[in-house]
Amino acid sequence: MGRLTWQRATVVGVLDETATARTLTLEVDTWSAHRPGQHVDVRLTAPDGYTAVRPYSIATPANGSRIDLTVGLTENGEVSGYLVGGTKIGTVLEVRGPLGGWFVWDRDDPAPVQLVGGGVGVAPLMAMLRAHDWVAERGPMGLLYSSRSPGTLLYATEFAGRMRCQDPTSAVTVLYTRTAPDGEPRLPGRLTTSDIGTYGLPPLSGTRCYVCGSTGFVEAAIELLIEAGFAADNIRAERFGP
Amino acid sequence: MTIYSAGFTGRPERGAGKSGVPPGQYVTREFPVLSAGPTPLIPLDTWRLEVTGDDGTARSWTWEEFRELDAEEVTVNLHCVTRWSKLGTAWTGVPVETLLADMEVDGVFVLASSYGGYTTNLPLVDLLDGKAWVVFEYEGRTIDPEHGGPARLLVPHLYLWKSAKWLRGLRLQARDEAGFWERLGYHNYGDPWREQRHWDD
Repeated sequence: MGRLTWQRATVVGVLDETATARTLTLEVDTWSAHRPGQHVDVRLTAPDGYTAVRPYSIATPANGSRIDLTVGLTENGEVSGYLVGGTKIGTVLEVRGPLGGWFVWDRDDPAPVQLVGGGVGVAPLMAMLRAHDWVAERGPMGLLYSSRSPGTLLYATEFAGRMRCQDPTSAVTVLYTRTAPDGEPRLPGRLTTSDIGTYGLPPLSGTRCYVCGSTGFVEAAIELLIEAGFAADNIRAERFGP
Repeated sequence: MTIYSAGFTGRPERGAGKSGVPPGQYVTREFPVLSAGPTPLIPLDTWRLEVTGDDGTARSWTWEEFRELDAEEVTVNLHCVTRWSKLGTAWTGVPVETLLADMEVDGVFVLASSYGGYTTNLPLVDLLDGKAWVVFEYEGRTIDPEHGGPARLLVPHLYLWKSAKWLRGLRLQARDEAGFWERLGYHNYGDPWREQRHWDD
């Protein structure tokens, strides 16, 4: 059973993260362990045999035959519309994977890691952050997560817990672009170089950066990381859609 | 056994069956971006394009020299391995065979390399006879850096990762050598009509 064979995947958990994003927990018939950052292809088949396939990042580290996908609704999204609005416990889909060998974090890698996510682009970074939680001898990993408002924040409960912990090896900062919650010291706005300096890891020469989000976000974020002193060679990116 | 997803019908103008659209692709009017790292910004006064033969002889062009070569306008469909297809895109560029005209051509494979370190490999025949160009204009304007400007390879009959952005050089060689994505699990050839997406496809 190769990773390129389509596998039946049953929805065993549904969590509406926001009005336009849903996390699906899938139980996959045959699954080999994936690496944090990898993705799957999801295939939907209509009664007349029509199929549509789209790639989605896995938001959880390897956990037996279960994977979480966080899907953001896209405009006229043929597949995302169904996944966000038309699935329930017991819905059957098909997946194949794990796919992608570039945008991955290796849990044996002790180098410091700066994650930068925009919107639903935070999903594969969550797989890295959550995998990092289980590493005993770990280097620091920080996440800068750009979100429009508290209402669009994914994994809100988990982030609240993480921010309360103040674990210096695993620092999460949410940067709101349009509306910030009451009491938030930083004014809402797009990610800046000074945000990276204030809330990010120091730009050591060996620090790895993983950036994921819309094309515009990723282009801007990479430029800021380089400006802040991170090495371009150590920046890996995954860009979403148009 | 077919596995159906209950309630899924697909959108009305769904892509399959449209002419020009390979299996497993959907049509987009946007121009999405796929690349692995930072977008390099290449000043035109230091830009060079170099073609190297497998005997080590090389030929290179400055931007001005490159722009003096005869260029063609082509309108082609693009197919990305991430499943979008964009139809009827217009480009202006120099046919690859023009660049190879004075070369001693023994090798049958080509490794294309880019500013920023990206590489991709192709059989030489896939770059000849009006199948590939080094393009410098998209829809009549200079190509945006995130789409591969100042100049990129355009090989529209293969998946788009073969159309190296920010092209810096083409090296002819006797042996095939896997490029960046080809080493990371993507198909060595990448024919969208045969859905050659990954190693085992």
